[in-house]
Amino acid sequence: MSKGSPISPSLMATKSAGAHKAPERVDRPADAGVDHAAVSPVLGPNNVVPPTPMTGSQAIVRSLEELGVQDIFGLPGGAILPTYDPLMASTMNHVLVRHEQGAGHAAQGYAMVTGRVGVCIATSGPGATNLVTAIMDAHMDSVPMVVITGQVSSGVIGTDAFQEADIVGITMPITKHSFLVTNPDDIPHVMAEAFHLASTGRPGPVLVDVAKDAQQGQTTFSWPPKIDLPGYRPVVRGHSKQVREAARLIAAATKPVLYVGGGVVKAHASAELRELAELSGAPVVTTLMARGVFPDSHPQHVGMPGMHGTVSAVTALQQSDLLITLGARFDDRVTGILSSFAPNAKVIHADIDPAEISKNRTADVPIVGSVKEIIPELTEALRLQFDATGTPDLTNWWAFLNNLKETYPLGWTEPEDGLTAPQRVIERIGALTGPEGVYVAGVGQHQMWASQFIKYERPHAWLNSGGAGTMGYAVPAAMGAKVGNPDRVVWAIDGDGCFQMTNQELATCAINKIPIKVAVINNSSLGMVRQWQTLFYEGRYSNTDLNTGHDTVRIPDFVKLADAYGCASFRCERDEDIDATIQQALAINDRPVVIDFVVSPNSMVWPMVPAGVSNDQIQVARNMTPDWEEED
Amino acid sequence: MTRHTLSVLVEDKPGVLTRVASLFARRAFNINSLAVGPTEVPGISRMTVVVDADGELIEQVTKQLNKLINVIKIVELTPESSVQRDHILVKVRADAATRLQVTQAADLFRASVVDVSTESVVIEATGHPDKLTALLSVLEPFGIREIVQSGTLAVGRGSRSMSDRALRSA
Repeated sequence: MSKGSPISPSLMATKSAGAHKAPERVDRPADAGVDHAAVSPVLGPNNVVPPTPMTGSQAIVRSLEELGVQDIFGLPGGAILPTYDPLMASTMNHVLVRHEQGAGHAAQGYAMVTGRVGVCIATSGPGATNLVTAIMDAHMDSVPMVVITGQVSSGVIGTDAFQEADIVGITMPITKHSFLVTNPDDIPHVMAEAFHLASTGRPGPVLVDVAKDAQQGQTTFSWPPKIDLPGYRPVVRGHSKQVREAARLIAAATKPVLYVGGGVVKAHASAELRELAELSGAPVVTTLMARGVFPDSHPQHVGMPGMHGTVSAVTALQQSDLLITLGARFDDRVTGILSSFAPNAKVIHADIDPAEISKNRTADVPIVGSVKEIIPELTEALRLQFDATGTPDLTNWWAFLNNLKETYPLGWTEPEDGLTAPQRVIERIGALTGPEGVYVAGVGQHQMWASQFIKYERPHAWLNSGGAGTMGYAVPAAMGAKVGNPDRVVWAIDGDGCFQMTNQELATCAINKIPIKVAVINNSSLGMVRQWQTLFYEGRYSNTDLNTGHDTVRIPDFVKLADAYGCASFRCERDEDIDATIQQALAINDRPVVIDFVVSPNSMVWPMVPAGVSNDQIQVARNMTPDWEEED
Repeated sequence: MTRHTLSVLVEDKPGVLTRVASLFARRAFNINSLAVGPTEVPGISRMTVVVDADGELIEQVTKQLNKLINVIKIVELTPESSVQRDHILVKVRADAATRLQVTQAADLFRASVVDVSTESVVIEATGHPDKLTALLSVLEPFGIREIVQSGTLAVGRGSRSMSDRALRSA
């Protein structure tokens, strides 16, 4: 017999893990029982539709309906025209965007607040390539999204036809999977497979590129289709031996930290997390992607880790003897220089994507599976372990961390130019709106301040472009979030740079009655780049001045711009007007609101771990590192 | 860097070779050789990938490969537990004076002469990559005009098939 050793992800992680055998064929649809509770891998109610003749484009629309899709974001064009015709008669709500990138981010925002698959649609060529940034963003942040693009007719694929682009090829590195459909008979099963792939395992974007002749051709539609993905078997249940080993390590640790990432948000496991945290008594850090999954107000929450994390969170990780890593991936923005990250810690790493485990930091106890399943199992195992060996004494650990929390709270210094501190504006928005609001940030200083100075008490309340760092994410993502959560107040906290990249979607919001609120934190510059220029380039401000703020030509004038887009618009330039302006915005719910908060360009994001150094070098303000001696 | 031979069963779908190749490129993994062909199961192809990677990296390679939806199964074939063969066609300079020496050299390696002209012969050989390297070094002095070499093919020793159970009905 062959002595070749099968390599499956889970086997790599745990040599003895019996439950994680090499991928083996499991008869469908019984494998759903192996994976998770879902009865059928086909999303939606699985209505039985007997064979019905229709066109490919009708089959696309019908498949979306059967999959339970309610809202779609898109923009038509030549190669997707056939599909837009039956879409007109559909019960689904299609939101016509002004730029395809807006459709992509809107689908992301929609998915992030609802947990459902976001759907966007565009035509071939430039329509499809305009979606590329959003696809990449969804890929980096594991957002469930299905992207439907038209493609030129199959007969002319490869001839450089009008508006032809190999979008499957272009997006191959940034999609979870992709399909090119040239036969209308394939549409139902491809659509079902796309939604299954996007929403299960580690979520991500899936592209379905449909040739125009496949949309126009005749087919016989029936539902539910058979899903045939022999190479796709995500492991959901954690291996029990590994879970027990994790419990043993937790019970033996004196400086444990729960390092919680966006995977816990995606898995809807915040209640389970809280139970584990409270049983273990360990401090919790929530990464940029996980803000809100554990309440900020909880005494065990020690903050956000990473480049702009709190001193207490960064130090908790650095000094820890055990990282209980749940749905996080040791991103470089969290670890700083990897070799110096948490040098004395053992690592428990639970993640649904086996490739994340031991990718950057070797795990001592790898657990492949969904944190939704693993966390309760770990809590139970820990309870038994505590019963057997007692509860560890974390008094010294907490004394150390609480001292850090008190000594180095988040805060800001007033700008010396007398202008408003941007942090104050953001803090007031959070305070006056409250934890039931949804906050969507762009990328840069305002993003970091929004993660720091708004108090998050629930998951799915904080959306941002974490892995990709896409400027321009906020307005369209907030639009999608508002469509998904129409009853919530949705704020886009944007920068003056970001806002100018995608503000065309204000037209979409105004016309479709999607009343988002946009706070432009206008420091008249590309603020984060400017901060780096201040700190690392001797204040040489190369190409970061945007001329939108104080004492500038103010091009564009954001108030006039918002007015032109049919939005209510305000400008706020003084501290004493902040609360009243926010209250005015909160009172308007029949149209979008844009507030131009003119703030100081000199405020900086602190704390900061400069790039390329150890997290031990964290600075609480410029050239100020915490005095470690005092803390011990 | 250690050499690893991975036998990868994939769905025979358009673009699957691109998916595998582009994964190696973007993750900066080094492919030493790649051979693709059909298997005994309709709709399933096999890629035999030879990779240069150290312990932790080869783990990442296989994990990342496994994430590709069209990849069904990966087995690492160690030198001891598998038969590994390359196929080579070598065009060697050989005139009337040297032809006999060249063909004798080929005989020693159980290689065969598959084309003869007044100036050259084409030698075909199959074998472990080490054997083919040895053959080439023997032919070198005569003047090698052209080398065409396949990627490594490998199969596990013994009666078991990699596609047992997992794939028959895939």
